[in-house]
Amino acid sequence: MALLTIVLLDGFVFAAVLFLLSVGLTLVFGVLRILNISHGGLYALGAYLGTYLALKILDIGLSPYLTYLMLLAGALIVGVITGPLIERLFLRRVYGQAEAIQLLLTFSILLILDDLIKLIWGTAPLMVSTPSTLLGHVSLAGIPYTWYHFLLIGVSIVFGGALVWLVRGTRFGKIVVSVINDREISLAVGINVNRIYTLAFTLGALCAALGGAAVAPTIAVAPGFAVEVGVQSFAVIAIGGMGSLEGAALGALLVGLVRTLAIHTFPELELVVIYVLMLVVLMVKPEGLFGEVELRRI
Amino acid sequence: MTARGWSLTVPIVTVLFVAAPFVVPSWILFILHLALAKFLVVLAVALFLRGGLVSFGHALFYAVGAYTAGFAAKWFGVREALLLVPLAGLFGAAVAAVIGLFMARYRGVFFAMLNLAVSMILYAILLKFYWLTGGTDGLRVQTPTLLGFVPPRDLIRLTSYYVALVVAGIMTYVVYRFLASPLGYYLKALADNEIRIEYSGESVQRVIYATYVLSGALGGLGGVLAAFTVGHIVPEYAFWIQSGEFVFVALLGGYGSVPGPLIGAIAFEFIRTYANKYAPYAWQMTLGIIMLLIILLQPGGLWAMYESMVARFSRRAEGVERA
Repeated sequence: MALLTIVLLDGFVFAAVLFLLSVGLTLVFGVLRILNISHGGLYALGAYLGTYLALKILDIGLSPYLTYLMLLAGALIVGVITGPLIERLFLRRVYGQAEAIQLLLTFSILLILDDLIKLIWGTAPLMVSTPSTLLGHVSLAGIPYTWYHFLLIGVSIVFGGALVWLVRGTRFGKIVVSVINDREISLAVGINVNRIYTLAFTLGALCAALGGAAVAPTIAVAPGFAVEVGVQSFAVIAIGGMGSLEGAALGALLVGLVRTLAIHTFPELELVVIYVLMLVVLMVKPEGLFGEVELRRI
Repeated sequence: MTARGWSLTVPIVTVLFVAAPFVVPSWILFILHLALAKFLVVLAVALFLRGGLVSFGHALFYAVGAYTAGFAAKWFGVREALLLVPLAGLFGAAVAAVIGLFMARYRGVFFAMLNLAVSMILYAILLKFYWLTGGTDGLRVQTPTLLGFVPPRDLIRLTSYYVALVVAGIMTYVVYRFLASPLGYYLKALADNEIRIEYSGESVQRVIYATYVLSGALGGLGGVLAAFTVGHIVPEYAFWIQSGEFVFVALLGGYGSVPGPLIGAIAFEFIRTYANKYAPYAWQMTLGIIMLLIILLQPGGLWAMYESMVARFSRRAEGVERA
């Protein structure tokens, strides 16, 4: 029973972070039809900048409650600066080109981001635990959980809800859907498709950075941790269906719970189970749980 | 290139490689040696790039080949090159034959990321099951014997270089024949339009599957040769950065031809040697920036650059003759 509680709670926390990350990836893929391999790099950048700003605030001696604001600011800065930069400078040049080229382009951006982080912040792990310990903790099944963990889950649910509202309930969302369905007709009715692309990619980058900044207080941020999570977030959207918001949520939950279960029962298989889960889903339903079947071109 | 061009180029390149140990200093020989090993894996990745598929997981087969040599030495005390090299190729092909059943169903993003996922599974296994694999410490690979003879100390490097050279030569020929076969042409057509391949009566899955098995064999061979060169193997052989490197080299040399990956592999080892010296902390960034430049400015890679230069010179020469 205690094990069940732990697995569920840890699983939900991990799923919350994965969801923030994956929903951005799936959004970018849905609109731009490009799988952004550098997504994990943006996640790491958000984590590093958020942690760095929070540490600075503590150094100066301001109220520790400001660290939450700084985490958020770090995510915003990363999203708003790198998003348009990457989309305008690089991605725009490869729209409509072979998929291989698009993948390689985002892959090289990942390589650059990964080293950029090491050059700026060095290779030593960065850690700010204040935001996590500040809220106190609660004992469940004999294990202390900080309230921050629950805050993480809350943020993730609220953010996911806001995104669904943005896509389904607003004018912007309708425009995005029309761009996804038919780029040329959208152009013809006067939609600025390029702007939508930039906005969608920025929003995706913001999701990644926010995920990174949110998870940072619970772990030590170290170089290279981005890639593992980046690949996992691909597994999430492959399981859920590429381009589907509900799919990202369900995929994140599945991956989160399965991985946590493995960690607590057979830690050697921690990484293997995620990929096995993905392989099984893709074998049974190649388009993912919520994905739409794509027609082959003639 | 024309048939006449080939009949001239191949002997020249062969002679250069055979003569290299007596001409170049030993550090360059080491680079050439490692480049030959990696060239085989890059060739495998380049095959798929021709078909419009990217694999971010071919380090998987590289590691399978390398660990074949490692386990054979650790468990059975086998270190015979003439046994281990074909064995590694076979293991690579066998693993590819199993995974390929699944992989041949996917294209594009899925093909790329599933390959990555499978290679990360192997990486995790190599890392976590340390009582079998040595974990992060890796395994030592002993100097291979040749036909049961241990080469004399000062000839060890030379023998294993020539083993690599012969294997690379044979596999280059095999890939060349594969590309000239109907399957090879269908692979190229895959990048353009796969439904028309099926209209013409060939199964796309069969094309991808055959290529996958061949690429597995190439990866295994590359792995065992690299293990012989370096003498030590670690789980990083299966890591995503290694896979990325192979894709990078294919892109650098140009994947439209067989010489491209060879030029790319050699250029890459030199770039790495100098990058380690002048920018040791920005290695991935160096790779990333070069890759961006190639994608945006010279999609055909170094080989295409060379070919366009040759074309320009021959045009100029013709112009001179006419004048």
